[in-house]
Amino acid sequence: MAIKYTQKVIDEFTNPENVGELDNANAVSTEGSPACGDMITYNMIIDPKTLIIEDIRFRSYGCASNIATASMASKMAKGKHIDEIKKMRPKAVTEELEGLPAVKIHCSVLAINGLKSAIRQWEEESGLVDPQEPIITEKIVMEALRDVINPETGLSLTKMNMVRHVEVQDNKVFVEVLVGETDEMYYENIVEEAREHIESLPGVIDATVKLTEIPVA
Amino acid sequence: MSTTPHIAYLDNGDSTQVLPEVIEEMLPHFTEWYGNPASLHQLGLRAEETLDEAREKVAGLIGAKPAEVFFTSGATESNNIALEGLRRLHPKKKHVLISPIEHASVRNVVLRMEKEGFVELEELSVDGEGLLILDSLREKLRDDTLFVSVIHGNNEIGTIQDLRPIAEICHEKGALLHADCAQTFGKIPLNVKDLGVDLASFNAHKLHGPKGVGALYVRKRLKLRRLFEGPPQEQGLRPGTENVPAIVGLAKAAEIAVRDMDEVMPQVNELTKQLADRLQEIPHVQINGPEIGSKNRLPGNLNITFKYIEGEAILMSLNYGGVYVSSGSACSSRSLVPSHVLTSIGLLHEEAHGSIRYTLSRLNTQEDVDHAVVETAKAVERLRAMTAFIPEEHSKRESEHATTFYKQRKEKLD
Ligand SMILES: Cc1ncc(COP(=O)(O)O)c(C=O)c1O
Repeated sequence: MAIKYTQKVIDEFTNPENVGELDNANAVSTEGSPACGDMITYNMIIDPKTLIIEDIRFRSYGCASNIATASMASKMAKGKHIDEIKKMRPKAVTEELEGLPAVKIHCSVLAINGLKSAIRQWEEESGLVDPQEPIITEKIVMEALRDVINPETGLSLTKMNMVRHVEVQDNKVFVEVLVGETDEMYYENIVEEAREHIESLPGVIDATVKLTEIPVA
Repeated sequence: MSTTPHIAYLDNGDSTQVLPEVIEEMLPHFTEWYGNPASLHQLGLRAEETLDEAREKVAGLIGAKPAEVFFTSGATESNNIALEGLRRLHPKKKHVLISPIEHASVRNVVLRMEKEGFVELEELSVDGEGLLILDSLREKLRDDTLFVSVIHGNNEIGTIQDLRPIAEICHEKGALLHADCAQTFGKIPLNVKDLGVDLASFNAHKLHGPKGVGALYVRKRLKLRRLFEGPPQEQGLRPGTENVPAIVGLAKAAEIAVRDMDEVMPQVNELTKQLADRLQEIPHVQINGPEIGSKNRLPGNLNITFKYIEGEAILMSLNYGGVYVSSGSACSSRSLVPSHVLTSIGLLHEEAHGSIRYTLSRLNTQEDVDHAVVETAKAVERLRAMTAFIPEEHSKRESEHATTFYKQRKEKLD
């Protein structure tokens, strides 16, 4: 199963921009982990007066599209007001790259989340917002599941109406996902992705993700 | 004047170039002797004779009788017919065993059986090189074990299993042994009687033959239930008009591979060993699987982890540099779940993610190896310069993982 990348992705992968870190960064973030096979770190300098991202660097551990999206997102963020980035959707990066294969859409989510969490960290440290309250609600879990991509379609679980049930008890989360017609080969991937996104929410102790197959009969 | 950049095809474990001799042998069966082997006229007879000859040839090459050889569309189909064919005929035998490093065309077949409630599936244990731990087989075999399926030569890490003792242990308990020989056929001496297997799967496209053709060896008097219905080709086991040109190609390619084995395989091993040695000069790499060139390693197979970077990114960089390889397992490189083969031999997820497989064949040259070494060093250096992966964290996880992995394995065995 060959992966077909657009020329834009290939160019961005072979000649990425803004690689490295900044000595005087005031906003940093790390998304993903080595175990998952993709990880992006961002370093930014945000001007406290203008709220403009003056400079940005990234590092990426991951596949070709991970590197390409991290680089593209950094270019898109540079020189922008933080409010603009806070509103940005992963789709914006995908479009700039002239498309990504469905199995790679999650890379754009990782990149955008990386930009946003660097900004969030800076805002918290600057006293502009309260640090996130570690009270987990069903709504917060649903928000997190918006970022979990079904690799078969490249669409999020929430967009595909695959989340049947969310339950939170004492910061332990239980989620039931309807797999519908999704190919079995993606099951493990969906469970892992969903669990990881929920467990990365501050305050969550444990996440259980159950897949339910709709009977064919 | 521009020179064409050198292309090094080092993915022969996935598929190979068909040798000109093989194509030549196949051609008249498309253009002159195109009859259906089931037809009663002269062209039909000719096709039937061709099939008989090919069957005799293949049987001779694997130490079987012609009636024990069935032609299929490849190793995937052979694996399916063998395992599913047994399962359907023996509904009372509820237990099946596989090695944890099977190809998807075995693993997914038995996973499906288990999921649909037909069998209880258990996995055997392998050691850090992928060799089956015989005690785990002795321990797990039951009176109602229908079959054990073991991959003869592993496509990812190149482990060659010693099938003979495995067969003996299975047979003592009355279980059947199926071996997936897709990777070993034509690369190491192979005799189904000596190995003691009851069923064995083969294909052509890993040994410089055409794609979409293979064979299944079924020991005499062993019955299977066919998977689909139609006219009674292949003794009724595999209905459908035989792909005569492809079968001719299979027989020819296998004949050449076995004929030249003693001369070719040492050369392939020599180049593979050289590639391994030179790639190991790159810092922070680790070879996965048995020692290159040893009797338990598939000739031509090199699996290596480049730490702190990810396999698909390496593969893509090499691709643009004209070096064609696989990452992890070719079939799973589209999902982020790490290869179960690599995690079964104790690799951390991040070590599995960073693995690249180079598979060499008789057509590879010194120039290919030189080119691969240069391009790999370049790719690894470039990707490491931008990686977000911090080595110290890895070392900590690595030592913790090694401790628990080997403790659990020991507990499983004790
Ligand atoms: C060990 C093994 N088994 C089975 C197969 C499947 O063979 P085929 O492509 O002929 O269906 C392959 C190759 O892809 C293989 O390496």
